[in-house]
Amino acid sequence: MRGAATLTVLRDKRLWAAAAMLAALSAVSSLVPWTASYPAAWKLPIDDVITTWLKYIVSHISPVTRALASVVQLPLDLVTALLVKGFAFNIGETHIELPALSWLGLSGLLVWAGYWASGFRLAALQAAGCAYLLLFGQWDGAMLTLASVLVCVPIAVITGLLVGVLAHARPSVNTWLLTPGLDIMQTVPAFAYLIPTLLLFGFGPVAAMIATVIFAMPPMARVTALVLDQAPQEIRELATMIGCSKRQAIWRILLPSARPMLLVGLNQTVMMTLNMVIIASMIGAGGLGFDVLRALRQLDIDRGFVSGTAIVVIAIMLDRLGAAVANRARPDVEQAPGWGQSLILPLGWLLAATLAGVWIEWLAKFPDALRLSTGGVLNATVSWINVNFFDAMEALRIFTLKNLMNPIKFFLADMPWLVLAGLVTLAAYFIAGLRLALLSVLVLGFCLVTGLWDKVMITLYLCLSATVVSALIGIPLAVAAARYDALYRAANVAVELLQTLPSFVYLIPVVMLFRVGDFAALLAIVAFAITPIVKFTMTALRTVPSDLVEAGQSMGCSRFQLDRLIRLPVALPTILLGINQAILFALAMVVITALVGTRDLGQEVYIALTTANPGRGLVAGLCLAFLGILIDRMFRAGASRLQHTTTAGAA
Amino acid sequence: MGKCSWPQALCVTAVAMSAAFGSAAHAAESSEPIKFVLNDWTGQLLSSRIMGEALKRNGYKIEYTTADTMAQFQGLETGDLHVQMEVWTTTTKDVFDAAIKTGGVENLGESGMNAREEWWYPEYMKEKCPGLPNWEALKSPECVKAFSTPDTEPKGRYLGGPVTWAGFDDERVAALGLNFEVVHAGTDAALFAELESAYARKAPIILWIYSPHWAPAIYKGEWVEFPPYTPACYEEKRYDCGKPKGPILKAAWAGLKKKWPKAHAAISKFKVDTDEMNALILKVDRDKSSVEDVADGWLNANEARWRAWLE
Repeated sequence: MRGAATLTVLRDKRLWAAAAMLAALSAVSSLVPWTASYPAAWKLPIDDVITTWLKYIVSHISPVTRALASVVQLPLDLVTALLVKGFAFNIGETHIELPALSWLGLSGLLVWAGYWASGFRLAALQAAGCAYLLLFGQWDGAMLTLASVLVCVPIAVITGLLVGVLAHARPSVNTWLLTPGLDIMQTVPAFAYLIPTLLLFGFGPVAAMIATVIFAMPPMARVTALVLDQAPQEIRELATMIGCSKRQAIWRILLPSARPMLLVGLNQTVMMTLNMVIIASMIGAGGLGFDVLRALRQLDIDRGFVSGTAIVVIAIMLDRLGAAVANRARPDVEQAPGWGQSLILPLGWLLAATLAGVWIEWLAKFPDALRLSTGGVLNATVSWINVNFFDAMEALRIFTLKNLMNPIKFFLADMPWLVLAGLVTLAAYFIAGLRLALLSVLVLGFCLVTGLWDKVMITLYLCLSATVVSALIGIPLAVAAARYDALYRAANVAVELLQTLPSFVYLIPVVMLFRVGDFAALLAIVAFAITPIVKFTMTALRTVPSDLVEAGQSMGCSRFQLDRLIRLPVALPTILLGINQAILFALAMVVITALVGTRDLGQEVYIALTTANPGRGLVAGLCLAFLGILIDRMFRAGASRLQHTTTAGAA
Repeated sequence: MGKCSWPQALCVTAVAMSAAFGSAAHAAESSEPIKFVLNDWTGQLLSSRIMGEALKRNGYKIEYTTADTMAQFQGLETGDLHVQMEVWTTTTKDVFDAAIKTGGVENLGESGMNAREEWWYPEYMKEKCPGLPNWEALKSPECVKAFSTPDTEPKGRYLGGPVTWAGFDDERVAALGLNFEVVHAGTDAALFAELESAYARKAPIILWIYSPHWAPAIYKGEWVEFPPYTPACYEEKRYDCGKPKGPILKAAWAGLKKKWPKAHAAISKFKVDTDEMNALILKVDRDKSSVEDVADGWLNANEARWRAWLE
């Protein structure tokens, strides 16, 4: 089936034309030096222009943004005081200190919320989560993090709702402004817009919060626009029938009727907020994110792991709770007693525990004597591995560098830009036609004229190496997992864990074991990028139509043949999408590996961040975003073409 | 500190008042917290803790905020951050001068420590590259090969500090025509972890070392001798010279003096010498004590000294 398709492509005259063009391009680039390596003097000063303009704008509007920041500061201070710091203020001569809410009261509230929303199991989960935070001494950090979540999420949700409604009501604004804007917000690495936020809102938790809102808002906006666009006809008609204006129809009828979907968006927003916790701590947010960052700076794997896990624990607690609440909100589920009466008990408990904490010290502060710690076990393990397996690990490192990474690096670095750009553009043309080819020219042109070509190549080299390694490990693993149920379940848990554990946490052990350099970065990227490959491949293989498999069996295929001849070809388009996701994940992770010393676009963004140079950071960030968009479009087009050929072949 | 809590909220708390902020000496000073900048190397964390906790023991409110060496000046100029205990004139002099020029940042004088930062190699590397410490030895193919690793071949590998420390090493390599690749260590800890590992195995390494630090005292090695630094070399952006040496200064937001005059005076008087700081850093990095404990230990042992700053 696929063989036939390849043959037709081969016979295609266009392929010969393409080959001829590439040959011509390489001939040109060997004759004309500037087509091989772009002269540094020709770099367009886009970054400087952006910096100058931004600084100019900032100097004029910063009074406004500062005022805005101090407005946002108020709720943040309030929540922080409530959860962690307590209140201290003077009334006249009198100095008054009020305590923060007691840990016992808050945990009780969370357990009760779990019970209320879903039942005993969720309550037990919440209790276990609180116990972890308390026993491992993460409570205060967790409450600081929770405070920023509690302030960020409402702001993100409200802005998201407004943007979504606007997108629905004004389609032209949506196409030209909102959709591209949201795309960019989600693809430009968060690092890059930390800098403008820093300039506008000053150094500290508020700037960090605003960057978090920018990062976490898009899913809410998208969900809102989606539910409005897809609202059932009957509901629309109902709204018109009872005489609602357009605005009333949206706010009173359509949005309330889509509450379960909106709650999913809310949940997503919470998750994104937690994702951003560590990055936000680079510009002054405290809490668990800062603890992980500090552990990374001191290479203290125990502390990094404990705090990183605490972030995961909070994420799981909020996620499950959110999902349960969303489930309850469904109109077809029987409603429990209303909020009013059921709230009295937990709130009373919270107040009582907090009040009692004034006299009973262990209620105000969790007793240190009960604390557990990992006792340096992880640090000791890593050192033990380092002492005993140094030679084996070094051999692995050198083998991978020499046989996989260096060849890719030299290939990309030595290839004249004209030839590489031609190759990519032609590929885009063959996969999806002229429009994608044009996009490729624009994206690569942008990378070129901003003088970032070399860094782009290093970025691509790291991403490609990581994707190859991820596919080599991930696909066989997924094939096995698709066959054995126990392995499938284990793989699912592992994937979920790797995706929720903050990616910064992986950096600590890889640097301790493999030292600073590209190989350590590669491993950290693989740990992150392998997850979509495993997930997509497993799902694709498990959902291959059973009649196809049975047909194969009746024709006498062996198990191996079933995998090779039926399951893999049918699943191929989905697997390709998984690889696509892996590359995008790798691009996102590259920025983070700059913290352990890679020399790619991520480093460019990181330098810009540390020197407060917004133009430089944004340009590099845009390069990454555009590359991501280009790769994504090419893979999607390729996968859908394959889908056509396989379904056509199967038919 | 006096504490008057919830149920006793109505109680008259003149006592607590005076214990917390009320002593007459501080009446003119703001009761808002003073924000100290924390950077990413141990010595700076210790200096900040020592000064901050000394002020705290005298009734000030102190907040610690982490910021990068370069980005911090943005915060100091606007008053988002207030005090920076260690400005190394060896690397951040230009940024510091620019910040002072804006009028938002004040130089609070020398900290008593002198800084040196340069390329450094362990003694055993001299056998493989005999021309050292003269920098021109690094140009010879044998030396490049001696310092080369699989990640960087055919070039030599120089392990630089985190990019936030600046230092112009990429520019230096280009200007002096060295066939080396600058690999940035991302974090302070990674830099010294790698030195420790390489030193134990006598593996090739050449890296950015700074002093005050315990490493050059404990490990045998030498600094590379580059053409001597001249101000013109950096001002003209040539970078074909070594790194400058110089004092470590203290910096503050220009409004500090008005808002907290006594704290301002105390920070200006802060002095710790290089050897003393080396010993403290060693306690944190090698003995794995926490920065907080080591700073507290110093404060308890040197009460007379820091009390004098606060007079």
